[in-house]
Amino acid sequence: MFTHIARRILQAIPTLWVIATLTFLLLYWAPGGPFDTEKPVTAEVQEQIEAHYGLNLPLHQQYCRFLGNLLKGDLGPSYKYAGWDVQEIIAQSFPVSLELGGLALLVALAIGTPIGIAAALRHNRPSESALMTFAMLGICLPSFVLGPILLLLFSAGLGWFNPLGWAYASDRVLPAITLGLFYAAYIARLARSGMLDTMRHDYIRTARAKGLSERLVVWRHALRTALYPVVAYIGPAVAGLISGSFVVETIFFIPGLGRFFVNSAFNRDYTMVMGTVLLYAVLILLFNLLVDLLQMWMNPRTRND
Amino acid sequence: MDSSITQRMRAGVFLCLSLCISTSCVKQQSNVERGNQAQELYIGIGTEPEALDPHIVTGVTEHYVLLSLLEGLVTRNPATLAIEPGVASSWTLSEDGLRYTFQLDANARWSNGDQVTANDFLFAFERILSPALGAPYAYMLHSMRGAKAFNSGEFKDFSKVGASASDPLTLVIELNSPTPYFLGLLTHYTWWPVHPPTVLKHGSMTDRISDWTKPQHFVGNGPFALKSWRLNAGIEVTKNQHYRDARNVRLNGIHFLPIEGDAEERAFRTGHIHLSSTIPTHRIEWYQTHAANNIRFDTYLGTYYYAVNTEHGPLADARVRKALAYAINREALTEHILGAGQKPAHHFTPPDTGGYSATARFPYDPQQARQLLAEAGFPKGVGFPKFELLYNTSESHRSIALAIQQMWKRELGIEITLYNQEWKVYLASRKAKDFDIVRAAWIGDYDDANTFLELATGGSGNNHSGWSQPQYDALIAQAAVEPDPAARFEYFQQAEAILLDEMPFIPIYFYVRSLLINESVQGWHPNVLDYHPYQSISLAN
Repeated sequence: MFTHIARRILQAIPTLWVIATLTFLLLYWAPGGPFDTEKPVTAEVQEQIEAHYGLNLPLHQQYCRFLGNLLKGDLGPSYKYAGWDVQEIIAQSFPVSLELGGLALLVALAIGTPIGIAAALRHNRPSESALMTFAMLGICLPSFVLGPILLLLFSAGLGWFNPLGWAYASDRVLPAITLGLFYAAYIARLARSGMLDTMRHDYIRTARAKGLSERLVVWRHALRTALYPVVAYIGPAVAGLISGSFVVETIFFIPGLGRFFVNSAFNRDYTMVMGTVLLYAVLILLFNLLVDLLQMWMNPRTRND
Repeated sequence: MDSSITQRMRAGVFLCLSLCISTSCVKQQSNVERGNQAQELYIGIGTEPEALDPHIVTGVTEHYVLLSLLEGLVTRNPATLAIEPGVASSWTLSEDGLRYTFQLDANARWSNGDQVTANDFLFAFERILSPALGAPYAYMLHSMRGAKAFNSGEFKDFSKVGASASDPLTLVIELNSPTPYFLGLLTHYTWWPVHPPTVLKHGSMTDRISDWTKPQHFVGNGPFALKSWRLNAGIEVTKNQHYRDARNVRLNGIHFLPIEGDAEERAFRTGHIHLSSTIPTHRIEWYQTHAANNIRFDTYLGTYYYAVNTEHGPLADARVRKALAYAINREALTEHILGAGQKPAHHFTPPDTGGYSATARFPYDPQQARQLLAEAGFPKGVGFPKFELLYNTSESHRSIALAIQQMWKRELGIEITLYNQEWKVYLASRKAKDFDIVRAAWIGDYDDANTFLELATGGSGNNHSGWSQPQYDALIAQAAVEPDPAARFEYFQQAEAILLDEMPFIPIYFYVRSLLINESVQGWHPNVLDYHPYQSISLAN
């Protein structure tokens, strides 16, 4: 187990290096610079600003400087927000996205898993179609449609929730549902197919032949295997959820990381783009590792692989 | 037994859920209700300010915030735009119009209690003009004697620049030439002071990356002091007790919220902000019908235009450019596509800019446009090469471009291709002159026609058309040194007539500032500079 973890961590280092290098080069080659503005500055001012950030250096020197700083854990200052470090911005906004993503994951699991299992256990019955139609709706309804609908109903209509902000506990409800429902729909479909597949296995037939109740068969014997695809899915899904959602954060005015992901690319805020991309890459690698470990725990056969 | 436990568990879960929902769903008091009681203003500012350093920033959003935190030598009356005392309680101008002497208010204080002195202004002037800072708007100070040379690194001794302090409360500014709009320039944040000890405590004078603007460090001399700033969450300022005129400041605090687009409109509708930065176009009609008191279209000092690349092809011919301009029905555009009170632009400088209104006009005249095109060798557009119109990605720019594409096709028989680019790519294309026609806009830096007409001079970095004409440049240069306002305006009139006859820029419309405003906000006067000093604002309960 520990060897496996150590190996995965070692594998992550070159992966992160490749991601960082590619991101660096793509940013370097992207047209437009971080300090291009509507009212252009004089060539002298442009030179001064670029010299300030080392952007006047040849490519290889900029790259070496960037890698050196990265190894020291220094992502550098944001080019867009003067006076703010990238670490500072991430430290401020990531916890918000983490909280929102965590709650959305709970929503997704709490809604998706029971629906998927219930649909599988009602296979070929009208209720299965009803449940899966609901799941399909979740997939088809993008968050920029669902968010305003929920706001219209529960904020503008019933007045139960604030239309935006992140100040009160209740401010978490609508964004978490908006973000989580899409994932709930996927989880429902995965849980359903997982459960249908599992229920055809011989050991389930054996359990039934032994006279166990259907509830025990499902909960004790089938569930763990049935959720295998769900667990595989939630690894990368969690990384996506907790690293922020541009749409949901914009609709509900949430100070998370999602808006920086998109806007930093538009703004050519090189250091911020690098920070968010690397954070996302680390999260993906981390959660894939956790999922692997979880799957090992769930399926003893894979432990010796 | 099992069954009763399950039932109890279910009951427990139900109870918990009910409690959660009932506690979370208690309707919160809205920001507007709370703000009106506490005299705290909530403003939507659209985008997040890039910084709070007045020597680095360039945007309108930053202006909204800085106006609360810092104060220059003079201010304006928001209702009349007349110049009024700021940090300077009085001033005199020498007879030759070249030397201003400002007497500073002895009560002017920084938010930490330090006195605001003439040396603080000198420090600020030296800082923004230092080449090492790379201040994008340093040119706003170039009317000061020697400022341009110092800024471009011709000499390093700041004492040679025309700014000095004869005592801590007397500041002297010398000008290159009489500049009638000079006092107006002083209301721009580039001329405002920064607190030297705070700047120097967190780095050198010319550090762009510094912690001095962080809430825990910021020291300002405006009516409000910085309390908190969290990116994408908002900026909060509270009343500065050391402000020179604190007793007349009625607001206790301001919350600047960077909410964009539809979310901002929703925030206004649900009482979360008193004022919005703009209104989504699709919501205008609803407000006009249902909440006319809350919607406002204030005239604004800005021109939306198309810059024509005059360096090659048929567009190098002024007759073609005029034909394109004459064939656009601006009234239809502003009424049916924009619909927010924008004014059709039949000249370049917005009306009544610092008292100047252009007399030259060009018409909407498709017949004359066709004639001009025929004279240029393209009767009914036959043989006219297909060209491209570039705009930055935006639904409203697209709508305007589509309408103009149709007008040119219908009236002139000319086919154009529209293409949009993401903002930074668009800026790069425009800088490289990689376009035939490009969307552009200019918002006046100050209330004088010079800020618009200087744009088309040969030396202007903002003249993307490639057009220049010695006579035009000479007129603008003469206006810059002409002390007599009537004579200056005459130079501007002549220059504008040349501009419209050559048409390197095709004016489309004059901007308006469209905003949503709660009835409780008092003192937010409409003015072309969108200038709203917060000491004039209060909230009615």
